[in-house]
Amino acid sequence: MNRFDYSRAASVAEAVAAAARPGAAYLAAGTNLLDLMKGAVVTPGHLVDITRLPGLDRIEPSGDGGVRIGALVRNSDLAHDRDFARAYPAVAEALLSGASAQLRNAATVGGNLMQRTRCPYFYDTASPCNKRTPGAGCAAIGGATRLHAVAGWSEHCIATHPSDFCVPLAALDAIVEIEGPGGARTVPLADFHLLPGDTPERESVLAPGELIVALRLPPEAAGFSAHARYLKVRDRTSYAFAVVSAAAMLRLDGGRIADGRLALGGLALKPWRVKAAEAALMGRAPGPEVFKEAAEAALAEAKPSGEANAFKVELARRIVVRALTLAAAGTPERLPALPASPFAASSFAPGAAHG
Amino acid sequence: MAEIAQDMTTRRVRHGSSIGQPLTRSEGPLKVTGQARFAADNLPPGTLHAALCVATIARGRVTHLDVAAAEAHPGVVAVMTPDNAPKLAQHPDEKTNPFCFRLDLLQDSAVRYANQPVAVVIARTLEAATEGARLLAPAYETEAPRIGLDAADPFTPPAIGVGQPPEEHHGDVEAGLSAAQSRIAATYETAAQYHNAMEPHAAVASWEGDRLTLHMPSQGMAIAQGRLAGLFGIRPQDIHIESPFLGGGFGSKGLIGGPQVLACMAARLVGRPVKLVATRPQMYGPMGHRAPTRQTLRLGTDADGRLTALDHHVLTASSTFDDFFEPSGGVSHTLYASPAISVRHEAVRLDTGTPLFMRAPGEASGSVALESAVDEMAIACGVDPLEFRLRNYAEVEPISGKPFSSKALRDCYAQGAERFGWAGRSKEPRQTRDADGLLVGWGMGTATFPALMFEAQARAEIRADGTGTVEIGAQDMGQGAWTALAQIAADGLGLDLDRLTFRMGSSDLPNAGIAGGSGHTATAGGAIHAAGQAVIGKLADLATNDPASPLYGAGNAGVIARDGRLIRRDDAERSERFEDILARAGHGAVEATGKASADPAAKQTYAMHAHGAVFAEVKVDPDLGQVRVTRLVGAFAAGRVINPRLVTSQYYGGMIWGVSFALHEHAAMDPRTGRFLNDNLGEYHVPVNADTPAMEAILVHEEDAHVNALGIKGVGEIGITGTAGAIANAVWHATGIRVREIPITLDRLLG
Repeated sequence: MNRFDYSRAASVAEAVAAAARPGAAYLAAGTNLLDLMKGAVVTPGHLVDITRLPGLDRIEPSGDGGVRIGALVRNSDLAHDRDFARAYPAVAEALLSGASAQLRNAATVGGNLMQRTRCPYFYDTASPCNKRTPGAGCAAIGGATRLHAVAGWSEHCIATHPSDFCVPLAALDAIVEIEGPGGARTVPLADFHLLPGDTPERESVLAPGELIVALRLPPEAAGFSAHARYLKVRDRTSYAFAVVSAAAMLRLDGGRIADGRLALGGLALKPWRVKAAEAALMGRAPGPEVFKEAAEAALAEAKPSGEANAFKVELARRIVVRALTLAAAGTPERLPALPASPFAASSFAPGAAHG
Repeated sequence: MAEIAQDMTTRRVRHGSSIGQPLTRSEGPLKVTGQARFAADNLPPGTLHAALCVATIARGRVTHLDVAAAEAHPGVVAVMTPDNAPKLAQHPDEKTNPFCFRLDLLQDSAVRYANQPVAVVIARTLEAATEGARLLAPAYETEAPRIGLDAADPFTPPAIGVGQPPEEHHGDVEAGLSAAQSRIAATYETAAQYHNAMEPHAAVASWEGDRLTLHMPSQGMAIAQGRLAGLFGIRPQDIHIESPFLGGGFGSKGLIGGPQVLACMAARLVGRPVKLVATRPQMYGPMGHRAPTRQTLRLGTDADGRLTALDHHVLTASSTFDDFFEPSGGVSHTLYASPAISVRHEAVRLDTGTPLFMRAPGEASGSVALESAVDEMAIACGVDPLEFRLRNYAEVEPISGKPFSSKALRDCYAQGAERFGWAGRSKEPRQTRDADGLLVGWGMGTATFPALMFEAQARAEIRADGTGTVEIGAQDMGQGAWTALAQIAADGLGLDLDRLTFRMGSSDLPNAGIAGGSGHTATAGGAIHAAGQAVIGKLADLATNDPASPLYGAGNAGVIARDGRLIRRDDAERSERFEDILARAGHGAVEATGKASADPAAKQTYAMHAHGAVFAEVKVDPDLGQVRVTRLVGAFAAGRVINPRLVTSQYYGGMIWGVSFALHEHAAMDPRTGRFLNDNLGEYHVPVNADTPAMEAILVHEEDAHVNALGIKGVGEIGITGTAGAIANAVWHATGIRVREIPITLDRLLG
């Protein structure tokens, strides 16, 4: 790997100052960054270690009745926080369906938002990639594209965002708290990641030196706790990225859907919130016909980026119906032992308690 | 370290007999406490680190390497390129024997596959070597690579596997097909697979003049010595290889890998010990793999569901520069009785590394196609798949007409089916759902693997204090050779394990041949057994010729060795301790050697194979297509069982390979560049724990008087055969969809 400087920041201000240098990158758990550096996919000249920053590892009530999650909270700590998992079960389920226990014990909330695509051509420095080298071209187009995007892609990039965690967060209107050289600001998670367009090298709204310090969920996000699921179709039962995933959440009132939230993973370069599908659910009684309508609405704009990924459109429709069906049936008392898996219900062991 | 103390405090031992006991692994405590020293754990004083620079193109040549940039990087000691690589005594493309494969050792600028080594950077740290290798930034003259089975013209190779004929025929297949009442024809594809042993190929090499010491995981130390001796022009006995433990081999460590030879060349270049460990992506190319196959099977049956013809055509691939052809059709020679059998292999040459032996080479890929086709044929005749296999049971080896040395396959079918509950299977597909609405399917496959024997030697000694030593250059890949071979050794000497010193894993010990082909226990065990018999024979001579011995004159009746004593065969009351025999004879020790090899007469007379029956249950999400194997029952008959715990473990491992073959393994390659797209353990999928079903392995009793002295057939690879086909058949039974592209992925089950 390339030679680089390393510094450990003692405060957010110090971190932001250090990361203002060109070629700097923040290092938290490094579960993605270090692999990328070993493969020379990225070659930062300066690493700013933020793992010792004080105060960023807390899960606490936000002033407005929601919750605030520090950027350094570990995935497993968040998923297993009793109060959090009870209020936001689909988020916990998504977290526990990602990676492996070892990675979840290391990976952080902020880092999860910042993880890079798993497009194999991005990882292969011998293949042209507009993300790595703007203007170089996209080797994925016309290549092996089975897992590539079916929404939001451009002729410059057909990669997808790999996060599970971000999918329910997008559905729940999560807010990203950012500090940077220009001060503090907040951005809705739905606007945080950028679609590729003609600048696929720009992946988020973060300006150089800006640091995610926390995530917030608004008060109404807890209103879905009784009917919230995350479902993830994978090529193996665990330790695999989503082929397609869905977060579905319903608030039922008198047998009708008072509010519905739906977001898809594995489809695009950002978590794919589908408000048209949510609109199709409003005021309706939950049931297969309604869910099919929602699925049609959710995928109305979808378009395969390669012949090999055309199946993902139909698969996404089906996962929408299934996720909504599961959500309507109610959040299970215990998180399944195989979180988010189609085999969750038939698993051999009882799951961990929600709280 | 070539010796493990037989610590009996944690292992229950029944005194008097070791063979057949379910002992735990003798090296287990070393491994779980981190004390087992694998090759890459060795750092002789002054060791430098080497990193490979590998080709990013699949075909062409290197036109420039930025050697100056790499040399200027702090910590870099040397850059080895074709310009300065030590001269070899023999060109690495020269083939001196059928087990000799061509290696890429910086002889010229040609690139013949992606990830071919084109330079080596040697540095004081791994990090500096790695960055130096990156800084070399090769420039190329690139040609369009030929990737995929349709990228070149097929030809019939002169031989497949290890010298087997590419075509074999018995009877008239076309006539059999025309006469058939029912017929099927189907084409199955299997993907390229890479071994992906947990431990990457490593080498720590140091030279003293023309003597080479090499720490390297090896499934065949003597073969590696021979190869290195030829390349460097030195004597094999001047090459000392230490290989006490392997973190898996799966065939990829049977022959020394090019990068391991490069480590030796680098050590020679810099005059210091050099350590080189291939990275995971660098294992995709120069270390062998399983080639993709496209197999077309045509089967016909008469009105009773008996085969009238079996035609098995295989298209596979080798590299452009060497010959290894996956012998997938071999399974059709041996498994099902048919008056007409035709097996043909064709191949194309592609710009990839040379495929090599990998987890039942030929049998695994052939089995999934044959077992799928047999299932399709049974369905076409309306016969239960198990009943169909019984109706077509081969009483003699179909292709040769030879009798089997032993074959307990009927017992395997019966015991496996009983345990699995096969009788309750619905005939039609897509009939069964579990309580959660998942589709449930059952399938089966027949397992088969040849009982192979190679050549091995061993040395045994009994000392005046009544203890013994057995030495053999055997290799433990994780399968349990340290334990099972010591059990054979202890029985051979008539000693309890705690009185035995057992040494293996070093090339200084007698040549144990290759730990491959599922033949190591039979071969190395046979040599150990012979050495034991020889040394006991010497001890018996001393005793029975000594008038002071209670065994005096027992010559014709004979003696047996047990519990550290020689005992008169016809009178257990008359016995004598080893110590007393040697003390009176005034010998400090007696020693002898023994050897084992295949018996040509038995080979001429008998077909020798292990067999098994595997039953699989899968669940499939009816809408989302995701598949999970939920139950596997395998019943195997493989001759004598030395250690039932380890054998069971081998069967489990083999069956998990079968899950992997059926549902996961697939080396994805860009067809335009020949570059790999999933050359890492995150994305080259193998089953994780959640994919690993409830498993049962039934050890079916089988005695074989012909395979070898100990009656061992070998259990290392048979588990993968039968299993992948059973799973594919269960997926059909669950869904009604026949997927003929392996691995079966969910997109093919969406309907």
